[in-house]
Amino acid sequence: MSELTGIVVTHGAIARGMVEAAELITGVKGALLAISNEGCGTTDLGKQIDSATSGKPSVVFVDMHVGSCLQAAARVVRLDPDCALVAGVNLSMLLDFCFHRDCSASEAAQRAVSKGIAAIKTLGT
Amino acid sequence: MSISILRLDDRLVHGQVVVGWGNALGIDRIVLVDDTVSETKWEQELYSMGVPECMAVDFVSVAQARQRLSEWAVNEEKVILIVGDVAALVSLCHESAVVSEINLGGLHRSAGRRERLPYIFLTDAEFVLLEELERGSISITAQDLPATRPVPLGELA
Repeated sequence: MSELTGIVVTHGAIARGMVEAAELITGVKGALLAISNEGCGTTDLGKQIDSATSGKPSVVFVDMHVGSCLQAAARVVRLDPDCALVAGVNLSMLLDFCFHRDCSASEAAQRAVSKGIAAIKTLGT
Repeated sequence: MSISILRLDDRLVHGQVVVGWGNALGIDRIVLVDDTVSETKWEQELYSMGVPECMAVDFVSVAQARQRLSEWAVNEEKVILIVGDVAALVSLCHESAVVSEINLGGLHRSAGRRERLPYIFLTDAEFVLLEELERGSISITAQDLPATRPVPLGELA
């Protein structure tokens, strides 16, 4: 089983920032790829995601459970059994993903959701 | 008149619509006008995911929307209608007595289109179709969000 790639698809520059931060913190290069929806319609964005996931098992992380990033990614992932989709990406789940990519896309997506939720906490309340 | 906005946006239901316009106008119902989505359950579920509980959502074809324009116009609910391409918009609005304003919210790069605004790309043919709609007493402006300046169609030539 080849290691998974994480494709981070977001509004504006969020994806670039998250991928840069993840690489800075983990030291792992090449595990994550950033795609922005800037200037893209859903069709063009879908082509970029399709190109990024083509031929390699991937988890696609999008920023919101609504919008062009989700729509474009969902249409690609739906047709590819080696890909899975997570909406609501955060940095914590990406950091964990970088070190846990030797599994199926579905397993990695479930783990990412679990780690991402666990990392959201209130402090001092 | 309770059609609060008729929007042309190839992303259909997304953040600017739900959060930006939905909150500013207090929208009660989103009507997504698209022939493909109206016939595809999976696509409807995808778009429904992003609609908050306080808003209803309908999926209708262009022909169905044309028949129901008058109904939405007198409805007590505040409605936002969304269409995804110029051809559908023309089909919906041509010779309509109900539609008086159209919002160009987002049309992105594709073959033959030229940038008119960072969020509006049109072919010359699409621009002409919009000009013809405007001659029929419909006001057309580009405006991605409520807080930005509405740009008259004439400035997009």
